[in-house]
Amino acid sequence: MSLENILTDWSRYRKGLEQGGFHDYEHMWGMVIDLDKCTGCGACVVACYAENNLAVVGKDRFADGHAMHWLRIERYWDEPDLGEGRVAEYQHHGASFLPMHCQQCNAATCEPVCPVAATYHTPDGLNAQVYNRCIGSRYCSNNCPYRLRYFNFFSYYESSWPAPLHMQLNPDLTVRDKGVMEKCTFCVQRIRAAKDKAQMEDRKLTDGEFQPACVQTCPTSAMTFGDILDLHNPGKGVENTRAAALWRKHEVELGKTRQTKQDPDLRGYRIFEGLNTDPKVLFLERVREV
Amino acid sequence: MSDQIKDINEDIRWAKINEDVLRSMENPRMGYWISVVVCLGLLSLAVGAEIYQYKTGIGVANLNWPQMWGLYIATFIFWIGMSHSGTLLSAILHITHADWRKPIYRFAEAMTTFTLMTAGLFPIIHLGRLWNMYWVLPYYSDRGIWPNFRSPLVWDAFAISTYLTSSALFLYIGSIPDLAICRDNARGWRKKLYTLLSLGWRGDDRQWRHFRKAYLVMACFLIPLAVSVHSIVSSDFAMSIMPGWHVTTFPPYFVAGALYSGCAGIITLFVLLRYYFRFEDYMTLAILDKTCKLTFAIAMVWTYLNLIEFSSVWYGHDMVAKELLISKFTGPYSPYFWAMLFFGSVVPFAMAFEKIRRSIRAMFIVSILLNIGMWLERWMIVAPTLSMSYEPFAFDVSWPSWVQWFIVLGSFGWFGLLFLIFVKIIPSVSMYEVKEMVFHRRHLAHKAIAEVMHQRTGDAKPVGGAGLEGAKP
Repeated sequence: MSLENILTDWSRYRKGLEQGGFHDYEHMWGMVIDLDKCTGCGACVVACYAENNLAVVGKDRFADGHAMHWLRIERYWDEPDLGEGRVAEYQHHGASFLPMHCQQCNAATCEPVCPVAATYHTPDGLNAQVYNRCIGSRYCSNNCPYRLRYFNFFSYYESSWPAPLHMQLNPDLTVRDKGVMEKCTFCVQRIRAAKDKAQMEDRKLTDGEFQPACVQTCPTSAMTFGDILDLHNPGKGVENTRAAALWRKHEVELGKTRQTKQDPDLRGYRIFEGLNTDPKVLFLERVREV
Repeated sequence: MSDQIKDINEDIRWAKINEDVLRSMENPRMGYWISVVVCLGLLSLAVGAEIYQYKTGIGVANLNWPQMWGLYIATFIFWIGMSHSGTLLSAILHITHADWRKPIYRFAEAMTTFTLMTAGLFPIIHLGRLWNMYWVLPYYSDRGIWPNFRSPLVWDAFAISTYLTSSALFLYIGSIPDLAICRDNARGWRKKLYTLLSLGWRGDDRQWRHFRKAYLVMACFLIPLAVSVHSIVSSDFAMSIMPGWHVTTFPPYFVAGALYSGCAGIITLFVLLRYYFRFEDYMTLAILDKTCKLTFAIAMVWTYLNLIEFSSVWYGHDMVAKELLISKFTGPYSPYFWAMLFFGSVVPFAMAFEKIRRSIRAMFIVSILLNIGMWLERWMIVAPTLSMSYEPFAFDVSWPSWVQWFIVLGSFGWFGLLFLIFVKIIPSVSMYEVKEMVFHRRHLAHKAIAEVMHQRTGDAKPVGGAGLEGAKP
């Protein structure tokens, strides 16, 4: 964001969401998570830790709220009303699981509040976090309704991977030091690698060519990753992806605060859509017998 | 003492004013040194805590996910708020010709500058990588990277640095005639210092004319600035989408709260200065009475804006915001929230009674209670929203660790230290303005002259006959 950019592109810059954001998107990476298939096994969390060099903070610090799990499995136990004022202690079907990682919002609330523009929107439709630029004001986390940003409250690199565990660190990305905010990147290192490869081979990216670690690991294939730019700008980005097909099938449209679907069989929803954050992760509701 | 009806005694002699005020700048007594030691002690606690936090990481403050902000930001707003009263007294009351402000505005202005110097430290302390804090400023760099001008934190940086610069300048400009008096009475290094500081002030007509103009222009500039500064600080919250923060009434609410806590702070310092320096002739009970009335009025505005906020959330039917509001009244933070309401909205009713308004001891205690309430208010803005926002998985309550408390306490030490240095360097009562006030009252006491004075625009009219009592029939 240079001054020149601001002056020349001011109108484009401030138009924002209603005109598809201020970027000419190349891609718009999105995801679909089928909660009906999620068993809450936590394999995706482990994969995320391994792929993204997430610090292992230990039990005590985890309890203090210093955990760095970019992808977390939220568990909810509903308390169904049995009538006559009685409430069941556990749900008959067990807990509900909700895997939550950065929703890569198109109108991300974290972006405008960062004083140093350390978090911004990439032409890939990603909500990028620049560790080197971050000064740790933590405003982005406070303004994230999903609370999906994690802060390095301490230096973890010495305690987190005692030898020889440091040998398993992923060389494709950095290890973050204290005072820096971080969050799910949709495994941006894999995206970069795939894009570079496609460029070298002079071809377009194909669907399923690469996957983030969590999607790759999910044993029940509950997660689907792909380019959903088709929904926004038809004919651009990777075409005919499975993710975009699911978005279409469940009639969830980007850029809306409320979907207008009528069919109860359409299970798609986005979390806190009404806040107009325009998240790019589509959840498919779990179907239960009543 | 409670029979002080006049704002100031018009029989007071010029020499006595100089003498009394300059005496306050002479060699300190024991009480002063004890205060210095206490302030240094508090400050060293904070410095120790800050070094520890700097080396270990911000986590030692027991900030965590999702409580990313804590006492640092709350105390930052508290200090910024305190700074607004100086502007109220010196600028707003200056252009409205409320001349009772004259004996007490100087230290209020100093308070503005020093509270800003205290407040400005907190955003820096709370940063994760504070060694990079200058990145929020728009300096030209080869990388072509600018700060994000959409972020309220950048606006904060602009607002606070502008406010600090102008309030320091205002304090300095306003003291030039007094510094000249000091120069004329000083010896040794002080003589050199005041010669330099008084910029060759001789008190001739031309100088006074320019001085008046500069002072008025600064006053007119500072009023919108002060209002905008706290509005911008409020947009740190109001610009977010969090329940309890995303509130349209926040800017006026913050400004009212700022003036409120600032006035309470003025009363506290009023009592202290009056007691330590025997300023009974200048900081009279009548002036205390008026300051208290002003504080009471602002307290009611603050209470009203509170009620507005509650009712708009309640009838707005935004379920998340409503749940948060209910949680403030009944949840884990409820003791502090109720304490805030009690100190902020109930305690000020003490100032509805003239006996209490004119009691030095009572007002000392009341003003401190009011400021405790206002500090709690800031904390109750920051903490509950973080503990309970949209994501149910991230509901959490945490208690600040000793590191945060030490730094908060240390900020009081830092402010106290600056103020203690100030009272010995710059006259804490404006001598020339007190003389003006006395001169004015003296003339108003004579009916014939008062008539003439009335016809001049811009002169204060005799109020309530207080000045006319001495008039001969």
